[in-house]
Amino acid sequence: MATQHSRSAARLMMAPAVILLLGWMLVPLIMTLYFSFKNYLPLRGGDLGWVGFENYVRFVTSSSFWPSVLTTMTIVCSVLVITVVLGVLLALLLDRPMWGQGIVRILVIAPFFVMPTVSALIWKNMFMDPINGLFAHLWMFFGAEPIQWMSQASMTSIVIIVSWQWLPFATLILLTAIQSLDGEQLEASEMDGAPALKRFWYIILPHLSRAITVVVLIQTIFLLAVFAEIFVTTGGAFGTKTLSYLIFQRVLESQNVGLGSAGGVYAIILANIVATFLMRIVGKNLDN
Amino acid sequence: MARSVTTRGKAINTVLAWAVGLLIFFPILWTILTSFKTEGQAIASPPIFLNFDWTLENYAVVQERSDYLKYLTNSIVISVGSTFLGLLVAIPAAWSMAFVPSKRTKDILMWMLSTKMLPAVGVLYPIYLLFIKLGLLDSRAGLVVVLMLINLPIIVWMLYTYFKEIPGEILEACRMDGASLKEEIIHILTPMAVPGIASTLLLNIILAWNEAFWTLNLTAAKAAPLTAFIASYSSPEGLFYAKLSAASTMAIAPILIMGWFSQKQLVRGLTFGAVK
Repeated sequence: MATQHSRSAARLMMAPAVILLLGWMLVPLIMTLYFSFKNYLPLRGGDLGWVGFENYVRFVTSSSFWPSVLTTMTIVCSVLVITVVLGVLLALLLDRPMWGQGIVRILVIAPFFVMPTVSALIWKNMFMDPINGLFAHLWMFFGAEPIQWMSQASMTSIVIIVSWQWLPFATLILLTAIQSLDGEQLEASEMDGAPALKRFWYIILPHLSRAITVVVLIQTIFLLAVFAEIFVTTGGAFGTKTLSYLIFQRVLESQNVGLGSAGGVYAIILANIVATFLMRIVGKNLDN
Repeated sequence: MARSVTTRGKAINTVLAWAVGLLIFFPILWTILTSFKTEGQAIASPPIFLNFDWTLENYAVVQERSDYLKYLTNSIVISVGSTFLGLLVAIPAAWSMAFVPSKRTKDILMWMLSTKMLPAVGVLYPIYLLFIKLGLLDSRAGLVVVLMLINLPIIVWMLYTYFKEIPGEILEACRMDGASLKEEIIHILTPMAVPGIASTLLLNIILAWNEAFWTLNLTAAKAAPLTAFIASYSSPEGLFYAKLSAASTMAIAPILIMGWFSQKQLVRGLTFGAVK
């Protein structure tokens, strides 16, 4: 067992990581809280004094707040549903015996490694451009009027782009989970004559439930913070302004730090609610 | 799985899976193909798939016009630098948590993970302000530090799950033999930990390479990495499909190759060991 000596050594070895993260968490957090109670306009007079909860009230009552929450929720939920459903189907497909499985896996996982600014620009210009995009060609081929993706179907466009980026992640994790499924149990049920749909519903899906939960929770954390995809496509126009984007605009574009900080506190609270669930799941896993 | 499968079934699976795989990969393939076309061919109607005059001109133009190599260097310095710095801090921490666990180890790990959940936009201005005060705005050093901090929880977690799998008995045996802590680390632990450290390294370089919030908001001209380089192509006047494609291909190629090598570790790293 560990000696007294190794215990103090261990504490010393942990110290840098703990101190760094503590600083990274506390310093900006305290500053954000501080600014959120101030009327602070760096370009128009700077610090104009304490205003209590005024920023919090103003942020929530502004006409863009609720739409931004709705936009955030729409993006998060749509992408989650698309990636989980397609991810399960794809994982089931990729788990089956085939030729060239390794190569297919590589093709499927590739979008995850494409940086967000690149994937957003490729989709925006080469696929969704109403004149030169491939979709426009495809639509015209079938005699349809090309869609103005970025303005008429802005949310659909963002959801497509973000889903394309996250589908590989969901697929890969679900595939890993399926591969750990006990083959004998499946075989037994097959011999008992259980139809494929029943096998999926009663054996495969329950087995995947934890992996699905993990996918949902981790993706939620990242999806709540989607930024670059909006930054380079619509710039927050046409109803694509998420909560993070709204805060970004308040802070850096209109330089209203107090108001933006109050929004930041709301975003932190929202993320913490989600995070609490994630921690429970991961925590349970640690006990096993 | 030991299920028997007919050749016909296997053929159907193969065709289906390849079709879906190619469909998902298609945007990347299309970008790579377009990067070798002339601007005229890139927007030809109907689109040209393969029978065009292959040219490397776009790559030369992109490098010449926007100094691709400068952004590439920044990306490499920032992603590799932040990862190594992170490993330096995380290896001792993960080592001590895995081999000398105390009652609080689990809480510390959980708390570290929770810092990862802090939405970046919530603390954007304080960091921005601190960067101005410290003269770190648009500097590679500043980004190295920030990216190290945002990835530190993942690095600690990944290393922790790998270190946990090294059997403790081996360490106890060499302690019995009178090996010092230093000898233990150099001769026993390091060789066994190298694979875990290598995959942690790989995954974190990928994450840092693709990070597109802090790199866009904390850089201007000097320290901008490839994420910002590509974002500069979103302005209409810079929009030429073939050149955009060449720039994109150059920005993603290094990481695509690295990513393909690390796909197994990816699952484990990104789920914090919850799915293996």
